[in-house]
Amino acid sequence: MDETRAATDEAITKVSIIISKGSLEGVYPGLIMANGARAEGIEANLFFTFFGLDAIHAKRVDHIKVATVGNPGMHMATLLGGLPGMSGIATHMLEKKMDHLDIPPVHEFIEMIADTGAGMYACKASVDLFGLEKNDFVPQIQDIITVGEFYEKAAGGQIIFT
Amino acid sequence: MTTATIAGTVVEVNDEGFFVHPEQWTDDMAPAIAAAEGIDELTDRHWQVIRFMRKAYAQDGTGPTVRVLGKTSGVTIKELYQLFPKGPAKEAAKIAGIPKPRGCI
Repeated sequence: MDETRAATDEAITKVSIIISKGSLEGVYPGLIMANGARAEGIEANLFFTFFGLDAIHAKRVDHIKVATVGNPGMHMATLLGGLPGMSGIATHMLEKKMDHLDIPPVHEFIEMIADTGAGMYACKASVDLFGLEKNDFVPQIQDIITVGEFYEKAAGGQIIFT
Repeated sequence: MTTATIAGTVVEVNDEGFFVHPEQWTDDMAPAIAAAEGIDELTDRHWQVIRFMRKAYAQDGTGPTVRVLGKTSGVTIKELYQLFPKGPAKEAAKIAGIPKPRGCI
């Protein structure tokens, strides 16, 4: 019993965070957690997979949007959310609020997190699936790695899937 | 609250070792706090950040976040992490004798 308690109370020294979604609300939590980990002196790795790759795709990173359809958190009728431009408007509103709170845009956030010394990787299976290659991504991405390599990098730390 | 003796002076600190009364802090305490954090020598660059932290706290009543530090202290985020490996905002605040900044970014 005592041993279990000692193990669970131990301070976190390393995290590996997986970002699998390409919406604004899907991308930010992982970025904030990775940046926050580094700010606490915790080692951090970011691994982008599936639509999460949009957050590091050089041509898409500046166009990450909030999902206004299929997102009950928007408290908006699905039909309304589907109107043309709705996602753009909601995104614009959120971005304004985030700027006010000093939360950087996704692109700047990625650059900032790279500067903190966090590792940043793209998932090979997803990269192959979408027919992408390394120069499709922002330069902060260090490598395209397999799931096995991800586990090697994550060794000795916590894994967080978002 | 507990007390700590830093550079021969008794000061009040919280559980994490941050100063409770920033006005109790003096320049000659910084090297001792830094050494306890694993920073053996405070360079001019460290001092630039420490002075900036003190100034920001005096102005705003709170220490700046890493992002603000990177934008306004004259030290880049990359270098901030080299100077203060355990987290620039947190570690520099501790060495500068101000409370831990509470921002999420």
